[in-house]
Amino acid sequence: MIEQSPALILIPPFLVAILVALVGFRYQKVCFPLTVLSLAGSVVACVVTLMRVIEGGTIRYFIAGWAPPFGIEFRIDGLNALVAVTVSSVGLLAAIYSKNRVPAENPDKVSQYYTLFLLLITGLLGMVITGDAFNLYVMLEVAALTSYALIAMGPKRATLAAYKYVIMGTIGASFYLLGVGYLYIKTGSLNMFDIHEVLKANDLFGSPAVLVAFIMITVGVWIKMAFFPLHAWLPNSYAYAPTTSSAILGPLVTKVMIYVMIRLTLTVFGVEYTFIQLEWSNIVVWMSVLAILAGSISALAQTDLRKMLAFLIIAEVGYMVGGVWLADETGMIGAIYHIIADAFMTLCVFLFAGILFAKTGKRDLSAMDGQFKKMPLTLVGFLVGAFSLIGIPPTAGFFSKWYLIQGGINSGHYEYVIALLISSLINAVLFFRMIEIAYFGVKPAEGHDHDHSDDHDSGRSEASASMLIPLLITAAILLLIGIFNKDLVAIITDFVSPFNIASGAR
Amino acid sequence: MELFEAISTKINYWVYIVIMMIGLFAMISKNNLIKKLIGMSIFQTAIILFYVSIGVKEGATIPILYHDQVHAAHGDHGEADTSHGEHGAVESHEADIHINPDDFTNPLVHVLMLTAIVVGVSTLGVGLAITQKLHREFGSIEEHEILEIIKSGK
Repeated sequence: MIEQSPALILIPPFLVAILVALVGFRYQKVCFPLTVLSLAGSVVACVVTLMRVIEGGTIRYFIAGWAPPFGIEFRIDGLNALVAVTVSSVGLLAAIYSKNRVPAENPDKVSQYYTLFLLLITGLLGMVITGDAFNLYVMLEVAALTSYALIAMGPKRATLAAYKYVIMGTIGASFYLLGVGYLYIKTGSLNMFDIHEVLKANDLFGSPAVLVAFIMITVGVWIKMAFFPLHAWLPNSYAYAPTTSSAILGPLVTKVMIYVMIRLTLTVFGVEYTFIQLEWSNIVVWMSVLAILAGSISALAQTDLRKMLAFLIIAEVGYMVGGVWLADETGMIGAIYHIIADAFMTLCVFLFAGILFAKTGKRDLSAMDGQFKKMPLTLVGFLVGAFSLIGIPPTAGFFSKWYLIQGGINSGHYEYVIALLISSLINAVLFFRMIEIAYFGVKPAEGHDHDHSDDHDSGRSEASASMLIPLLITAAILLLIGIFNKDLVAIITDFVSPFNIASGAR
Repeated sequence: MELFEAISTKINYWVYIVIMMIGLFAMISKNNLIKKLIGMSIFQTAIILFYVSIGVKEGATIPILYHDQVHAAHGDHGEADTSHGEHGAVESHEADIHINPDDFTNPLVHVLMLTAIVVGVSTLGVGLAITQKLHREFGSIEEHEILEIIKSGK
């Protein structure tokens, strides 16, 4: 049983997705418990796999026993295992949150919704643990197709956003596929590790075909992760989708694509080719600076809460792309740490946005009016997420930014450090504005109105347990990741240090 | 002459790039949502063409061994099918020598494209379903009309 743990990560959500589609059509009540159970199984399998990786190093799992260059391989090392645990636990928390919201927002499509939800998690987990470049494409499309449908289940404007996402997402995935094709022409292999071996053994790094493959794959992955000039599909999709959809897509899709970028740069093309031979580092770091500033400043202009968070995701993508391309070991550690931290903090604020929408029915910031009195516990959960996005010490966001900034200083990219600090300041402005509204109301000057409304709804009304519990657990996880950052960084360092990313290579 | 050679020897790559650009142009410039999806389909087909063309060899055939080829490889020993099992381990090595890989096309890329075709069909299906939903909600499949409705009324 233990030896099969890599396969057991994928099997529960995948099989239960089919079961939910068949049974849930008749008995709507079973959809939710089945979903939560299967995702819990997946979380357990991920944690077991992580433990095995920490103890015994990289796990190689051959599907159906076919050896790598011909068969598909799941190859799990420190990076994979950590991201897989993150993906499955975010999936589980979002699933618990969905209990009341899915029947409320899509009353006649509950079983379809959960089927797509589970298939999305399967696709994302598959992308994370696979070691085969073409298999990654298939999983990418599984995740993409389900997310189109999950977004399109929202109201009117979500449908148009989903249409744009279909077009952009297909272009991105097709570019990736083309890049894999060029690599296959050059190496005759689809296994990521085998591709690297063949490239190195035959010294193919000077070949223009490999350069074309690298450009195609990188641009394709950038489109899918909404890196700044290619981000047009993201804000509306996440702002208008059903709240559960944005709570699962917002934290996971972009972060998994960043994992894919790290995997391709480190494992397939190798550090030497990406950072030293190509000499792109400077340009990409400047692009990420633009992404950070553009995302943060656009967020400042939004009144719609979820749209503001969507623009913050674009800024966060800039952090991580920049962190990877700093070509510095500390920066890389920071980027990987930030994948995990950002997944949970984005989940935290999106869950809160969902709760607020469920409670008030309003999309804009005025919904925060006087909420501290009504639901203090929910607000505490939100505060932890907001503090983490700003980067206030005991939370996870502080430590990931710390490593990223250290990487920026080590490699001499001061523009990146400055952009990070400006973005943190803007985050502080954004969230303290919200906290102010929650404490003092929309217009503190009009004392008369304010007093009146206070008397009117002074009673406490917390969010229901199914929504509050995942929010508080997420907040607790954020604090735990922050407090135990040393242990986490030790695992990441074990993964990163063998690649010998030369510090200060420009 | 050099230019002609550069095009004629790599004609498959040129053709796939031309088709891909036609698809990309339709996706970017067309206003009708269905036409955009057609462009997307053309775009994906170009990639399928690219993959299929890289597996092709001139004068090669499908990678299936005929009965007499196997016998030729086995030489004098291969009298009957039943003897296969007994000699298998020893003779499989010998069989490899007689089979020339240049005679066979590369089947792997074609198999990969079966998956890509399935993905393309399902993407088109999702796209059409979303277009249908847009038509139900906005009463139009022209992008500028939908944008106007959103701007004016919300």
